[in-house]
Amino acid sequence: MTASVRLDALNHWFASFHALRDISLEIEAGEYVTLLGPSGCGKTTLLSVLGGFIEPTQGTVRIGDADMTYVPPAKRPTTTMFQDYALFPHMSLRDNVAFGLRMAGIARNERHRKADEKLDLVGLKADSAKRPHELSGGQRQRVALARALAVEPEVLLLDEPLGALDLKLRRAMQDELKDIQRQVGTTFVHVTHDQEEAMAISDRIVVMNTGRIEDAGPPLRIYREPASLFAADFMGEMNHIPARVSSDGAQTLLATVPAANLPSGEATLCIRPEALRQDGSGIALGEATVRDATFFGTHTRAHVIPVAAPDMVLVAHLPPTRLPETGAVIQLSVLPDDIRMFTKETA
Amino acid sequence: MRTAAWLYLILAFGFIYLPVGALVLFSFQDGTLPVPPFNGPSLKWYAEVLSDGDVTDALLHSLLVATGSSAVAVLLGFLAAYGLARHVLPGSAVMRVMLIAPLTVSYLIVGLGLLIVLNRIGVGLSLMTAGIGHVVINLPLAFAIIYASMGAQHENAERAARDLGASEAKVVILVTAPMLAPAIAAAFFLSVTLSWDEFIIAFLLTRFDITLPVEIWSMLRSGLSPRLNAIGSVVFLISVTAVLLLEFTVLRRRRS
Repeated sequence: MTASVRLDALNHWFASFHALRDISLEIEAGEYVTLLGPSGCGKTTLLSVLGGFIEPTQGTVRIGDADMTYVPPAKRPTTTMFQDYALFPHMSLRDNVAFGLRMAGIARNERHRKADEKLDLVGLKADSAKRPHELSGGQRQRVALARALAVEPEVLLLDEPLGALDLKLRRAMQDELKDIQRQVGTTFVHVTHDQEEAMAISDRIVVMNTGRIEDAGPPLRIYREPASLFAADFMGEMNHIPARVSSDGAQTLLATVPAANLPSGEATLCIRPEALRQDGSGIALGEATVRDATFFGTHTRAHVIPVAAPDMVLVAHLPPTRLPETGAVIQLSVLPDDIRMFTKETA
Repeated sequence: MRTAAWLYLILAFGFIYLPVGALVLFSFQDGTLPVPPFNGPSLKWYAEVLSDGDVTDALLHSLLVATGSSAVAVLLGFLAAYGLARHVLPGSAVMRVMLIAPLTVSYLIVGLGLLIVLNRIGVGLSLMTAGIGHVVINLPLAFAIIYASMGAQHENAERAARDLGASEAKVVILVTAPMLAPAIAAAFFLSVTLSWDEFIIAFLLTRFDITLPVEIWSMLRSGLSPRLNAIGSVVFLISVTAVLLLEFTVLRRRRS
């Protein structure tokens, strides 16, 4: 089962703290959406509003065609996979997974069959008689997923589901989650603060900050053409170059680049480390001195100081074939498409 | 240093267990006085005690009052703990203190207070009234034990149960209570042992049917006898059983 979600003008206050600000978002049926942001950005609050654990101060939540704003969690077509899994320690895995079906009044044989089916989906069929404390973290996580999916929700809400796992397991579980989502077709809304996880897993990323949506779109678009400086920084490392926009374009200490659509005044020019090139193509940024360089396997990460701006330090990802020496001078350039510019917010 | 430590240990345990040991030893006395020298062993006092209808009646009464009042105290304590731990109530801090405060009131005051009230409203004294008195003293304890073990991890499991469609009653019966089973059992067994050998309240609030401690007291008035030692040993054995049950069922499982 699957359904679309439509959030309209949501606002929520915890006492005087404005936790959600004018959130409007549409999620298509069967979409995998990630809410991404730093702690305290409101992403978990938003998920709780979706799950029915928090009633928003203002605004509406629609799931499918029905208004769900004030419907309690038990009556919503959503289930939540909690961060600490929240398994029932006194029940076997099968009983854990079958719990929602039991609440729905489904007969024992039928619910055990369905529970086994879901345990099979997450690769734990052989362990159905075990108790949660006999499992590893990754296995508990799968049981929580099976339990949430067993009631065939229209929307599955995942609250930092991979937060407690080590990095390697995390990457493996990401692939698995995505795979399971494709199989069941349910709408998944996933909360995380890990932008790599978000990129790896989502059809669409919603970047949040201080209770607001900063940007929403497919991973590639958000990474390469972020809508705000915050989104640009949160999605990965970014070089900031101060610029002054006039009718001639954006002037920086390194180069002047075309700046259509931007009002005159202070601006910030953003270039990803991997967009800084040495082959001379695109816009030349002049010479730079290598301050230090570290080998990362897929690239070398270097701090370079432009000759034209000795107070500026840029991070560049250079080819891994050669580790540049400290003090070496390199030519930097960047393709126009790899540059993003944001007007400086007047503080 | 090591010898001193051992000596201290022996002295400490001797101080605690010597009286009990003497009591049990002289319950096997073959004679009419529970004092040295020890003659025996003999089981005749046990035979006499267990064939004494008053004593066995009192023993059963005690068991009934202990289990009944503990069950009620644990049920009320659990409900109070659940309400206070899971809901935001006006004055919940005051309610918590008021629930635990009876622990500080002496049993004599609790017993006298209940006696006066029961007399006023015309309720006759019986095992039931003694049981009510024991609920009064055990409820704070049951509440404190269960309330202390209601952690946030339980709350999340309750949230998950609600999310999966469970009604409030189902959440409590299928999730909260089973997860708290160790604390609930601990509270129950502790209440049973406290009620089992409680004297003052039982003395004040019973009349014709009496509990074992009251029976022992009335027997004591006719002087020392190995019979009393035999009864005391039985009481001790039952208390020990309750404590061991607690240890093996509840505390052991929690450790695993």
